[in-house]
Amino acid sequence: MSGQTLYDKLWQAHLVHQETDGAALLYIDRHLVHEVTSPQAFEGLRLAGRKPWRTAAAIAVPDHNVPTEHRDQGIADPVSRLQVETLDRNCTDFGIREFGMHDVRQGIVHVIGPEQGLTLPGMTVVCGDSHTSTHGAFGALAFGIGTSEVEHVLATQCLVTRKSKSMRIRVEGHPGAGVTAKDIALAIIGQIGTAGGTGYAIEFAGEAIRSLSMEGRMTLCNMAIEAGARAGMVAVDQTTLDYVRGRPSAPSGDNWQQAVNWWQTLVSDTDAVFDSEVLIDASTIEPQITWGTSPEMVVPVGARVPDPTSLADPVRQADGRRALAYMGLEAGTPMTDLAVDRVFIGSCTNSRIEDLRAAAAVIRGRRKADNVRQVLVVPGSGLIKQQAESEGLDRIFREAGFEWRDPGCSMCLAMNADRLEPGERCASTSNRNFEGRQGQGGRTHLVSPAMAAAAAIAGHFVDVRHF
Amino acid sequence: MKPFTVVDGLVAPLDRANVDTDAIIPKQFLKSIRRSGFGPNLFDEWRYLDHGEPGQDCSQRPKNPDFFLNQPRYQGAQILLARENFGCGSSREHAPWAIEDAGFRAIIAPSFADIFYNNCFKNGLLPVVLDAAIVDRLFAAVNAEPGYRLTVDLSAQQVVTPDGERFSFDVDAHRRMCLLEGLDDIGLTLRHVDAIRAYEARRRTEAPWLFE
Repeated sequence: MSGQTLYDKLWQAHLVHQETDGAALLYIDRHLVHEVTSPQAFEGLRLAGRKPWRTAAAIAVPDHNVPTEHRDQGIADPVSRLQVETLDRNCTDFGIREFGMHDVRQGIVHVIGPEQGLTLPGMTVVCGDSHTSTHGAFGALAFGIGTSEVEHVLATQCLVTRKSKSMRIRVEGHPGAGVTAKDIALAIIGQIGTAGGTGYAIEFAGEAIRSLSMEGRMTLCNMAIEAGARAGMVAVDQTTLDYVRGRPSAPSGDNWQQAVNWWQTLVSDTDAVFDSEVLIDASTIEPQITWGTSPEMVVPVGARVPDPTSLADPVRQADGRRALAYMGLEAGTPMTDLAVDRVFIGSCTNSRIEDLRAAAAVIRGRRKADNVRQVLVVPGSGLIKQQAESEGLDRIFREAGFEWRDPGCSMCLAMNADRLEPGERCASTSNRNFEGRQGQGGRTHLVSPAMAAAAAIAGHFVDVRHF
Repeated sequence: MKPFTVVDGLVAPLDRANVDTDAIIPKQFLKSIRRSGFGPNLFDEWRYLDHGEPGQDCSQRPKNPDFFLNQPRYQGAQILLARENFGCGSSREHAPWAIEDAGFRAIIAPSFADIFYNNCFKNGLLPVVLDAAIVDRLFAAVNAEPGYRLTVDLSAQQVVTPDGERFSFDVDAHRRMCLLEGLDDIGLTLRHVDAIRAYEARRRTEAPWLFE
């Protein structure tokens, strides 16, 4: 018999009950809750007269609707305000711990989980948010769920689910200078497609992944969903343990050693067999930039806007043409000729301290180009904001003409006041370049933090390796 | 949940791949704390010529006449015909809520994104996966014939054309049962209360830090 994959081990450790028809009852260790996908779930509990099964497993934070400036004045939009107040009220009513909007620990749900040690190796982690895959970076099984399932987890601490197929993506060798986890993620999506991981749980492995920091691994696992996979994960190693040790909710004392003993087994066995394997040579990956309206529409920064008529499939051809029209692009234009109107550095993909450092390193002593209307730098949490300020990063950003904001999802999906105007072109460190995602008619190009910062200075996209 | 057994309905075609949840229901409508009322804002940015905000009277807004949902021939459609990777993107259940609220009971596509697919079943909405070549033929038939209808039979796991041609589809046995009977998942899970308690008791010993 072949060995077990990391996914097999995580699955097995959380299996409560297996039905004969393939459905399984899986225990959920950590439930992250935010204001957008939870109100109807709490309402469902009320209507059915149910109580949360284990309130200590849940942690709530408002992030999508929160303003990133003048927070002391509250939320101007009454609809957004009601949603955030509803979360506050639900947490009070049901006894769930919350980092409220004015708590320094508030931030993007996928940033604060790991930061607080609420995300731990070996856990099952769910949230009513597709980017929950982020937490797989810790050797956890983490995936997004809908609101009905949010209610289900609140009521039962379990989910009815079925096992996915397993895929291993090995990125071997070393990426060149200026190539980040974001570029690796985009290159993978470019290769396997935005549905390439549908039906799979992906384990990212190989030399280039082991060399990544926890921040980089989170960026990578965060984007697993953009490849179609609900869950992405990386095996536990010393980097994982070093990150977790000492976090507020991490185990300590005897529990720490007991935990580490288990966590160190959270690797795929050498003889484990995956349903699918992908091998990528890290040395061939260049800084990436998306040109279209799906993350798979991506090219290396030195490339030109592709010509959709070169595609064989008529549906894809039509999609490509539509994407070019929406993005206001002509095939054959060098990507570096594209001028940007706004730049967004933030989101659950790229708002951690390492991301902010990378952006600051590129711009030190320079100013944003005049044609760039706005550069938003939105840290992932209040604690990251503090850390960045203690390192003087905020000063570097401000001196460059960038705006240094308060933590939240911000212009990744523009549910708060931060958004693109129709036709505006944005260099964004977020995860989705869908039509209208950052504001109706807005044109998003996904890049790494260093690439975004460099575009802000140059006024157009540039290859950060020669900047 | 509304049970799903057989739906015989008008088919409306959305001919593009990778339709994402931001397109299905744009983010500004996610601020609602209700579960219903999303139908008028389904595909909002494609459907209307102005910018939509929550609380508008959508009947007064300028419509995009080229968009399929605005064409008279597709009014009252219950079956949405779509392309590959339908529902990719976020986990927002507002996407199936909006589709269901707009009157649809089934979606036929060559493939669906995982989370969206799963969310549909929680809302009495049946996602049907058919081979891409069959979906191609259905698109051709819908475009050629105004009033084109299909029958989606969940018990038989078949899509039936007006000519009587039958296409079988797969569906997970558990989800099929829940949908056919309109069962509440939470109620089903709570039948396993003892198993959940036993699991927790074991884990408290094996991994006590998870319960602190």
